[in-house]
Amino acid sequence: MNPVIAASGLAKTYVLHVQGGVAIPVLAEASLSAEPGDCVVLHGPSGAGKSTLLRCLYGNCKPDQGAILVWHAGAEIDIVAAEPRTIIDIRRRTIGYVSQFLRVIPRVPALDVVAEPLRAQGRPIEAARARAADLLARLHIPERLWSVAPATFSGGEQQRVNIARGFAGGHPILLLDEPTASLDADNRRVVISLIAEALERKVAVIGVFHDDEVRAAVATHTVTMRAEGTA
Amino acid sequence: MTESPLLRARGLTRHYGARVGCRDVSFDLYPGEVLGVVGESGSGKTTLLECLSGRLEPSAGTVEYQTRDGEMVDVFALSESRRRMLARTDWGAVRQNPRDGLRMDVSAGANVGEPLMAVGARHYGAIRREAEAWLGRVEIEGDRIDDLPRSFSGGMLQRLQIARNLVSKPRLVFMDEPTGGLDVSVQAKLLDLLHRLVADLGLSAIIVTHDLAVVRLLAHRIMVMRQGAVVEEGLADQVLDDAHHPYTQLLVSSVPMP
Repeated sequence: MNPVIAASGLAKTYVLHVQGGVAIPVLAEASLSAEPGDCVVLHGPSGAGKSTLLRCLYGNCKPDQGAILVWHAGAEIDIVAAEPRTIIDIRRRTIGYVSQFLRVIPRVPALDVVAEPLRAQGRPIEAARARAADLLARLHIPERLWSVAPATFSGGEQQRVNIARGFAGGHPILLLDEPTASLDADNRRVVISLIAEALERKVAVIGVFHDDEVRAAVATHTVTMRAEGTA
Repeated sequence: MTESPLLRARGLTRHYGARVGCRDVSFDLYPGEVLGVVGESGSGKTTLLECLSGRLEPSAGTVEYQTRDGEMVDVFALSESRRRMLARTDWGAVRQNPRDGLRMDVSAGANVGEPLMAVGARHYGAIRREAEAWLGRVEIEGDRIDDLPRSFSGGMLQRLQIARNLVSKPRLVFMDEPTGGLDVSVQAKLLDLLHRLVADLGLSAIIVTHDLAVVRLLAHRIMVMRQGAVVEEGLADQVLDDAHHPYTQLLVSSVPMP
């Protein structure tokens, strides 16, 4: 099979103009690729650029060099060079992302936060909410909270809403940035089985996981990142 | 993704005597896109918005708009009456101060019904029903339909202005600081409402604001303006999370969590 996403030669240096122009190199010559059904785990010390690399793959961070080719809507597109509206379409249909923190419109109930990626794909509201309810239930979010906006939830609950939202869209590529960081053992196991099911559906998963248990359970490939941001 | 832009600005410049309002601004806005224009006051955002919406003639440059027939027209080459017609049928304009965008001496229902009459609706019952439906969508109780706007709170006035602007189904909405001057809790409600309306109606919008949280939630794309010129642009979350220009970095680092 061919990779559905392939990054090559990514380099990134943050230049902090408000702090005297300090330059912080984060990525240098970073490359990786994933085929359908792969779970590529990024491994390396804190500060090695794992999250930055994931953010680049999602179009949230712009590399200074390199290319990120994604198979989207029957064509290969370079995310680094793509127009904003193309990246938005890629996020709608091709790449899902679970960030470290949930960031949503303040007043929207948890159920709709999770259903939103499906709504954006044009799924009818009832079907989208049914899928969202299923995911929230699996992740042990009590039903009485579904109609409440997640802003008041605990960190762990917010993160589970975030995970449900990331998996809801059923994207063929899924990026996970420490999804299990604030979860208890039960919920970690739920996330492991959600990932396993996604891999069975031939989703390509690329993730950062801080705990060895999850990493060992899901990884099909490991990419080791060194402190200087190479992969 | 080969569709053509709804609005195209090229080299848009506006001077006020020797002072520059906006300078050499070019971009394409595609159907369904929400563009946020950010920058401090005096950066030229509002001047740009006025030029784009045909209210202020630029000193140089062009604004082209794709009409419903698919024809690209040069907005400032149109006759005054044709331009005004376009503003009525195709565009909405949400002002920062709702009192500037509403008629304060007629009822809430008339404020929403009037734009329908301006585009040819004549049946009173149908107009009133539509106005009622729109008050509902912006979460104003139906029994306020005959009240004068002066009895409304700031948040209600802003929602009424939004209903007045969207009732005639515009294709493009220009918004100038739509959440400015409102309490934070009222802002959140308005943001949620705008987000839903824009998505449900497939609207294109240009939102001028100095509030980075507003553009993060509403805009797909951002242009950062400084001293009349665009210094950085791109995907909204990318510009906010990975700002490149010193001025954008300064803006982003000046708020707690944009």
